[in-house]
Amino acid sequence: MEKNAEHTHVHRDDEGDKLGMWLFIFTELLLFGMLFLIYAVYRYRNPVAFQLGGEEVDVFIGTLNTVLLLVSSATVAMSISAIQKGLKKHALVFLGITLLIALVFLVNKYFEWGAKIEYGFYPGGEALLELGHGTILFFGLYYVMTGIHALHILIGIGLFIYVFQQIRADKIHSTDYIWLENTGLYWHLVDIIWIFLFPLFYLIH
Amino acid sequence: MSESTKSNHTSFLEYKGKYRGILGWILSTDHKRIGLLYLYTMLVFFSVAAILGLLMKIQLIAPGHTIMGPATYNAMFTMHGIIMIFIIVVPGLPAVFGNFFLPLMIGAKDVAFPKLNLASWWIYVIGILIVLTSQFLGDGPPDTGWTFYAPYSFQTPANIVPALVGAFVLGFSSILTGINFVVTIHRLRTPGMTWFKMPLFPWTLYATAWIQILATPVIGITLLLTVMERTLGVGIFDPALGGDPILYQHLFWIYSHPAVYIMILPGLGVISEIIPVFSRKRIFGYKAIVLSSLAIAFVGYFVWGHHMFTSGMSGRALFAFSFLTFLVAIPSAVKVFNWVATMYKGSLIFQTPFFWAVSFIFVFMIGGFSGLTLGSLATNVHLHDTHFVVAHFHFIVFGGTGFSFLAAIHYWFPKMFGRMFDASWANIGWVVFFAGFLTLYLPMFSLGIMGMPRRYYDYLPEFHAANILSSLGAMLMIAGAMIIIVNLVRSARYGKKTNEKNPWGGKTLEWQADTPPTLENWEEIPEVTEKPYEY
Repeated sequence: MEKNAEHTHVHRDDEGDKLGMWLFIFTELLLFGMLFLIYAVYRYRNPVAFQLGGEEVDVFIGTLNTVLLLVSSATVAMSISAIQKGLKKHALVFLGITLLIALVFLVNKYFEWGAKIEYGFYPGGEALLELGHGTILFFGLYYVMTGIHALHILIGIGLFIYVFQQIRADKIHSTDYIWLENTGLYWHLVDIIWIFLFPLFYLIH
Repeated sequence: MSESTKSNHTSFLEYKGKYRGILGWILSTDHKRIGLLYLYTMLVFFSVAAILGLLMKIQLIAPGHTIMGPATYNAMFTMHGIIMIFIIVVPGLPAVFGNFFLPLMIGAKDVAFPKLNLASWWIYVIGILIVLTSQFLGDGPPDTGWTFYAPYSFQTPANIVPALVGAFVLGFSSILTGINFVVTIHRLRTPGMTWFKMPLFPWTLYATAWIQILATPVIGITLLLTVMERTLGVGIFDPALGGDPILYQHLFWIYSHPAVYIMILPGLGVISEIIPVFSRKRIFGYKAIVLSSLAIAFVGYFVWGHHMFTSGMSGRALFAFSFLTFLVAIPSAVKVFNWVATMYKGSLIFQTPFFWAVSFIFVFMIGGFSGLTLGSLATNVHLHDTHFVVAHFHFIVFGGTGFSFLAAIHYWFPKMFGRMFDASWANIGWVVFFAGFLTLYLPMFSLGIMGMPRRYYDYLPEFHAANILSSLGAMLMIAGAMIIIVNLVRSARYGKKTNEKNPWGGKTLEWQADTPPTLENWEEIPEVTEKPYEY
C-alpha cells in the first residue's frame, strides 16, 4: 500500500471486495445474456441455416478449447487453495499453468478464425455474403460472441500477469489473497460463458 | 502522524493531501471531492445542452427557417439528448449527491472502493471526451437522436461511432458507481443502522444501483453491436443482411426504460428527505416508501415495450406492456400520497429547498398522469412521436430529476460548502424557473394532441400560437436557470460562512457531521439507535 495522506485509516473488507466482484459478474451475465437472447431469436427464425452453420465450425478446436478452459478453472482454484495454505511456490506454478492455458486458448482461436477468414467467411466477407441471411446471422453471432469472449480471456491474461507479480512480491499471501480470489471468480465466469457458447455454436446440429 | 491528526480537523475543502492545487482534486479519492468533481463537470455540460435546447426553441418560434436548417436542427436535438441523458441525468443525483452524502448518511468514512470511485469519474470524463469528438471529426455531427435507432444509425454518413463508444464508456462509469454503492450500503452502515433505520435517500440509491448494475450492460452490448454493424457489417440489426431493426428497439428500451428510473428514483429519495425536515414531522409510511422504491426498480424492467406500441408487436404483448405500465404507476403514486400525508398537519417551514420539493410533486404528477395517457394503447397511437411525448418526458426527467436536483443542492448546500446561499435570489430564481418551465412545456401537450410531430425543425401555421408561448417560456426558464446558477456559484465563493452543523433541523446523520465535513467525516463513528425522521 502506498502511503496516502488522504486516507489515514486502513480500510480492508474482503467480504465487501468479493461482493463487489459478484456484482460485476451479474453485470457480465446480463451483457452476455442479451447476446444469448439475440441468438435464441435468430435461431428460432432460421433453424435450418443455424443447423448447417453448426456443421461448418471446427468441432475439434472447440472441444479442445472447452477441455482447456475447464482444466484452467481447476488450476486457478488450486492456486487459491495453495495461497491459503501459504504455499507460495505452488500458487505461482498453478497460476502460471492457468496463464499458459489461456494463451493456448487464444492461439487455437487464432487458427480457428484464421481458417475461416481465409475463405472469406467473415462479416462483410464475399463468401459469406453469397450465402443466405440465416448463415450471415449465424456467423455474425459466432464472431461477435466468441470475439467478446476472447476479449475477456485477454483481460484475464492481464489479471493473471498482475496477480502473478503480486504473489512474487509477497503482496498477495496467505492472509491477504482477495485479488487472487476475485481473479479466480472472474475466470470461472469466463469459463462458464464458454460452457454455454460451446454447445450453441459447435454441438447443436 | 501530526499531519494526519491535523487533517482530521480541517474541512475536506481545505486539507492538503499528497497532491496540491487542482491535482489534489482530480486525483483525490475522497468521496466528497469526487461528488463535487461530478457537480462541476455536469454544470458545464448542462449549460451547453441547455443552450442547445434554447436554440431549438428559438428556431421553433416561427414556422420555416428562422435560425437553422433541418440538418443543424437534427444535430442539435441529437446532441442535446446525448448530453442531457448520458452525461447529466443518468449519472445525475447518484454521482453528485450519492457520492457526497451516502457515506455521511450511513455513518461511513467513505464509499467501499474509493479508488474505483475516482476511476468512475475519470472514465466518465473520458466518455465525455469521446462523445465530443463526434461533433468535430468525421463527416458531420450525429443526427440520429439519442436513441440511435437502427437501421438509420448505420446508414447515415454522420460520425456516429464516437457517440456510441462514448455512451458505452459512460455506461461503464455508471456500472462501477452502482457496484460501489451496493457494497457500501451492505458493508459500511454504522453500528445500529439496520436496513429499516436507513434514511430514504440511501434506500433509493440502493434501488438505483441495482438497476445500474443489471440494466446498463444491456445498452452496452446494444451500442457495441451497433458499432460493429457500422464498422464490420455483422448484420444483427441490418434488414439487408437478415437482421431485425425492431430487435434493436427492444434491446435499447430494455435498458433505457429502467434508465428513467435510474434518473428519477434518487430524486424521489431527495424529496423524501426534504419533506419531513421542512414539515417537522415524521415521514408518513417509511416502509411503504422503501418498498415502493424497490417495486419501481423491479417492475420498471418489464415495461419497455410501451415505447414501441406503434413499432409492431403482437396484441398480447401490447396488452401486457400496457398493463405493466399502469402497474408501475402505483408505487410512484404511493410516494406522492405519503409526501402529502407527511405535510398534513405538519409545521411547514417555507424555505427554498421546500419550495423546490413541493413544485417537484406538482410537475411529477403532471408528468406521471401524462405517462398513463401514453401508456394506454388507444391514446398512444394518436400521441406517439408527437410533442406530447416531449412534454411528458421533460415533465418527468427535467421536472422530476431536474427539480429534485435543485432541491437537493439547496438543501445540502451549507453542508457541502460551509456557506449559506442567498435565500432571496434563490427564491426569485425558483419562481422564474418554475413559471418558465410551465410556460415552456405545458403548450407542448396541446401541440401534441393537435398532432404536431416531434423532431422537425418546421411546422404547419396552425401550431404557431402555442409554439410562440413555448419558446418564450424557454427563454424565461433559461433566465431562471441563470439566476439560480449565478446565485449558487456566487454563494459558494462569497456566501455567508457558516459552521452550523444542522441549519435546517434535519434528523439524518449527515447533519451531525461538521460543516463542511472533515476529511474522514467523523471523529468517532456515530451510533444509531432510532429510526430517521423522529420528530
